[in-house]
Amino acid sequence: MKATCWMGVHRVKVNDVPDPRILNDRDAIVRITSTAICGSDLHLVGGYVPTMEKGDILGHEFMGEVVELGKAVTNLAVGDRVVVPFPIACGNCLSCERGLYSLCENSNPNAGMAEKAWGSSPAGIFGYSHMLGGFAGGQAEYARVPFADVGPIKIEDDSLSDEQVLFLSDIFPTGYMGAEVCDIQPGDTVAVWGAGPVGQFAVASAYLLGAERVIAIDRFPYRLQMARDKAGAETLNYEEVDVREALRDLTAGRGPDACIEAVGLEAHHGSGPINAYDKVKQAMRLETERPHALRQAITSCRNGGTVSIMGVFGGMIDKFPIGSVMNRSLTIKTGQCHVQRYMRPLLERIQSGEIDPRFVITHRMSLAEAARGYDMFKNKKDQCTKVVLSP
Amino acid sequence: MADRQASQPAPDSRAGQRHRGEDRLAKALGWFSIGLGVPQLIAPGYFNRLIGVNDSRRNRWTTRAVGIRELGGAAGILDRPRPSGFLFARVVGDAMDLLMLQAAMRRKDNPRRRVMAAAAAVAGVTVIDVIASAKTSRSSDPTTEGGAVRARTAITVNRAPEEVYGYWHHFENLPNFMAHLKSVEAKEDGRWRWVANAPLGRTVEWEAQIEEDIPNQLIAWRSLEGSDVANRGSVRFAPAAGGRATEVTLELAYEPPGRAVGAAVARMFGEEPLQQMKDDVRRFKQVMETGEVVRSDGTPDGTRSQRQLFQSEGQPAE
Repeated sequence: MKATCWMGVHRVKVNDVPDPRILNDRDAIVRITSTAICGSDLHLVGGYVPTMEKGDILGHEFMGEVVELGKAVTNLAVGDRVVVPFPIACGNCLSCERGLYSLCENSNPNAGMAEKAWGSSPAGIFGYSHMLGGFAGGQAEYARVPFADVGPIKIEDDSLSDEQVLFLSDIFPTGYMGAEVCDIQPGDTVAVWGAGPVGQFAVASAYLLGAERVIAIDRFPYRLQMARDKAGAETLNYEEVDVREALRDLTAGRGPDACIEAVGLEAHHGSGPINAYDKVKQAMRLETERPHALRQAITSCRNGGTVSIMGVFGGMIDKFPIGSVMNRSLTIKTGQCHVQRYMRPLLERIQSGEIDPRFVITHRMSLAEAARGYDMFKNKKDQCTKVVLSP
Repeated sequence: MADRQASQPAPDSRAGQRHRGEDRLAKALGWFSIGLGVPQLIAPGYFNRLIGVNDSRRNRWTTRAVGIRELGGAAGILDRPRPSGFLFARVVGDAMDLLMLQAAMRRKDNPRRRVMAAAAAVAGVTVIDVIASAKTSRSSDPTTEGGAVRARTAITVNRAPEEVYGYWHHFENLPNFMAHLKSVEAKEDGRWRWVANAPLGRTVEWEAQIEEDIPNQLIAWRSLEGSDVANRGSVRFAPAAGGRATEVTLELAYEPPGRAVGAAVARMFGEEPLQQMKDDVRRFKQVMETGEVVRSDGTPDGTRSQRQLFQSEGQPAE
């Protein structure tokens, strides 16, 4: 089959690889009909996440048709149309029982590697480095899905297109969880750093959860325009205004009640020298992340407010404003999304017409063009926000 | 609770005394480094004249640099519970000093006797450093003691103690999650015959009998006389999460064939006893909770430390 492979830092290639096979009784093989490139794939491709191996198949946002089932999967049938959540979760351990699916205790066969880096291991993830399992990803023609009796959600409504439900695999639930953990109260103002796909869904979700005002922060006018026109946000361009001052003005000095960070470890800073300073430190591995957006989200938040970190981080950051967190009673909420928990309720919101996730899609191409898709997405060419690939 | 306490490994008093002795030696060397480093740093000229080295501007800076090295080493040795790395660094530093003193000796303008005395002093310290470094590095692995391997690990399994105990009690099940075991079969009179894989494609065998068996709480076993590998083990089960889950604590002790040398050879083949046990109990948890050992393309054999070292690429195998 054809599959999008990581071939080295900033090198992505569609290769011919063997077809997947059932390895465990609870596996399914899915013929992929739609798959997408995620912002976190850019972190992997850029070499910011350790333990990638040449030849690893990328991709953790995918859906398709079940073509083969392990003998222990009884809730699905060959021919079912399914969306697959990106965290792999067994459904049996204490974490899964508590709904913390991205912390599944059994799905990472390389848990020992993650323990060395982070103390304990989270769940395995498709196409997301070997320390998170070494699972082949879904930017391919077929994928093996472990614990298929727990993760994939069956789409019974044929009137829903792939593009309407594909993002249930990651970015819609991730943006939604980013807003949900903020415990938004009626009348609240929410600020969202990053108007990429997750940021767009965080804006839309904050409104779904009752926020009165949502402010999106980015530097790309076309992404801010999408947040304004499609998700209903007010916007700030951090290259044009002092974000903290602007947020204070917009909230009469309080600061936003909740601040959602949807940027992650490759953040950009409005000031050239500061941006260069953190880039050099990151390149020299003095810190593994560039945390500008996170720092600003913390220092901008209202006293007693919540900072929700949905951007991906992998290691250590430098100059973390813990004094601002502690003295101002901030709450920090974070985590890889527990996608399995959100798929059904969010599918219902899509079916009822409360949201149409297609608004983030800017580019559609064939799987064979994946390398071009990565380049456009990374370098924001042609106003790229989200690429969907069709095998 | 009583038997839980009894399960704590009895501190080996002889080993404990030895550890304390090594500790004192290491600490003394740390303070010695401070005693040397401080004058080197603040009075390099005086120090150079004392050891008979030409008191040039360049040599003063060299002496200051050596002083900084000494203080850094001292901090490492005094700060660490197991300072073997820093003690080895001292040995390297000694070699450096001896080379520098040898160079100083060749120069005619240096008072030879003073330099010789300094070199002799360094050589004496080198011997002590080598001894201390060898001793602490030997005892820095908590799992080996005189060639015997001892390790203990625990995991929480989301199944009731009765179920977890019941599965383990069928020793035939152990190879399902213990990667090294080929088979365990019941023999008459309550004995069990174990067959395990050893490095280089060999197998080792032994017979064992259950020494203690408290339903839903404890199973302990010990190999019989004449085994290839003398060993004993115990597994304890304690309720967690209000009795819905079980804390499983596994302890193993064995004498690898060839004792210390055998253990070192095994380690060269990637056999880390504690890591293997952790992998074993992780697989046990997977089998109990999910019914299977989880596999991925990078790790097609499932959780196993050696597989984690040598990953396949994350794409389906041929």
